[in-house]
Amino acid sequence: MDKRWTNRIALGVLWLCGITTVTILGAVILYVFVRGVGQITPEFIFTKPHGVNAEGGIGPTIIATMYVTGLSMLIVTPIAVLAAVYLAEYAVQGKLVDAIRFAADTLASVPSIVMGLFGFALFVEVMGLGFSVLSGALALSFLMLPIVMRATEEAIRAVPKYIRWGSYGLGASKWQTVSRIVLPSALPRILTGIILAMGRAVGETAVVIFTMGQAVYLPISPLDSGRSMTVHLYMLAMEGINMDAAYGTALLLMVMVLFFNLSARWLAARNRRLQG
Amino acid sequence: MAEPLETKRAPEAGAARTLKMMSRATYIQEALLKNLFLTCAIAAVAGVALIFFFVGFRGWPVIEDPGLAAFLFGSEWSSTLGKFGIGPLVTGTLVVTIGALVFGAPLAIGTAIFLSEIATPTVRGIVRPAVELLAGVPSVVFGFFGLVIVRPFVAELTGSMGFGPLTASLILAVMIVPTIATLTEDALRSVPPGIREASYAMGATTWQTIYKVLVPAAKIGIFDAIILGMGRAIGETMAVVMVAGNAPQFFEGLGAPIATITSQIVIDMSYASGTHRTALFGLAIILFIISMGLVAIVRALSRLNAKRS
Repeated sequence: MDKRWTNRIALGVLWLCGITTVTILGAVILYVFVRGVGQITPEFIFTKPHGVNAEGGIGPTIIATMYVTGLSMLIVTPIAVLAAVYLAEYAVQGKLVDAIRFAADTLASVPSIVMGLFGFALFVEVMGLGFSVLSGALALSFLMLPIVMRATEEAIRAVPKYIRWGSYGLGASKWQTVSRIVLPSALPRILTGIILAMGRAVGETAVVIFTMGQAVYLPISPLDSGRSMTVHLYMLAMEGINMDAAYGTALLLMVMVLFFNLSARWLAARNRRLQG
Repeated sequence: MAEPLETKRAPEAGAARTLKMMSRATYIQEALLKNLFLTCAIAAVAGVALIFFFVGFRGWPVIEDPGLAAFLFGSEWSSTLGKFGIGPLVTGTLVVTIGALVFGAPLAIGTAIFLSEIATPTVRGIVRPAVELLAGVPSVVFGFFGLVIVRPFVAELTGSMGFGPLTASLILAVMIVPTIATLTEDALRSVPPGIREASYAMGATTWQTIYKVLVPAAKIGIFDAIILGMGRAIGETMAVVMVAGNAPQFFEGLGAPIATITSQIVIDMSYASGTHRTALFGLAIILFIISMGLVAIVRALSRLNAKRS
């Protein structure tokens, strides 16, 4: 066959791959939206489920999801950011840094169900926190750690060297340079990483189901248990009892996840524009 | 780091001080901070160690009951009979992972090549965010989508309920696309542009350049991408639970229910106790070792790659 024809056919197939990927995302979003949008009423968002078929709203599950995500963010941010400061500013290439990077990569790829069982064994049972928002948040923070760490390290490395030299030239110490010059310039990209990690946490199911519990309960203290939106959707779908509520939950869940992902993208784009 | 300098008196204005000099208080503060950061960085290592220790601690007794051989090589998983052989679960995981790679890897690599070599900036501005957003869709939503949309199609195709390896593979294929596509695109982009130009200058078409020059040049990166995608498929849990049918039996057909290592943990965890629960933690250790092994392979490969270039 003529090489021009082979070329055309092959390029056509590659175009098709790109289009298919976009179509799949579009189909998932559109389908969830079309089937779920009729469910979204103030009552659905704010009241709690009741009755044998989980009629009513999903209010407590939304609160539980936001609670556990916020708490895990508070736990993980200081540790991940300072760890990244060490890797980017202080560390000397060597066995220790190798081990830290290997550990971070491993954490990033540990299946979430393993994280869930680990959280159950350590936080729920050994530490005696029970099924609680705190157990869930601690387990989730292991999942978020590598994401925030990597984003922060890249953000710090992207800060130009000459800004640091300027600071040292004025007699600033290393910590003064890092805390007043480097971290503020890296802040937008660090925030992007944190927001992306929160998006991951919102969508996580296997970790929270074994650490936060499955009972529909409005958590007030961090030691209360609760059911996240993901767990609620899972249970509705598996029991097949109230598919309308399942579509509504799936839509709200997608809206929340897309909100986190799109704001991270927006922040990154704005930052690129500002920095030229 | 600078050596501590004994400065008991305040530094005189205009006194010659090199940049490395600092007061003892500053030195101590800097050293303490550095160690604090180091401690935080070691948290990652401690995290991996903790997971390994606690999951291992709870799963370790499988060596005595049901016994390591019965656990690793047993061909029956039945909590009512008290038999915990992982054979059916491992084959289940293997089947859906292979299926996911068969459907997902070509689509992902095609998308990556499209993004890096063919798409105009405008088109790329649509496709790249779509790939990234696809990575953010929660697995439970994928599972739900598979349950209500993909399953009926598969049911028609296979003449069954539609719960089984085919539905699970299709959903997993979509889920590993972002992982493989993003990493493959990175690998293609790191091929120096001069190589492309040389190929075009020889009169090669875009396609010839892609499959004779670019893909071979980026093959280690693409291989890495596939391995990490495979890791994602092996470890994926909720989406599989929702569409696999969850019957711990050997592969009997594309539409016959199966169970994977991950799905069996979720299904059994709610009621398991005693040996049964220990066996579930045993499954988790196996998953952990697999994912750590895959990461180690990828790191070894990228070191090899760095050495070659």
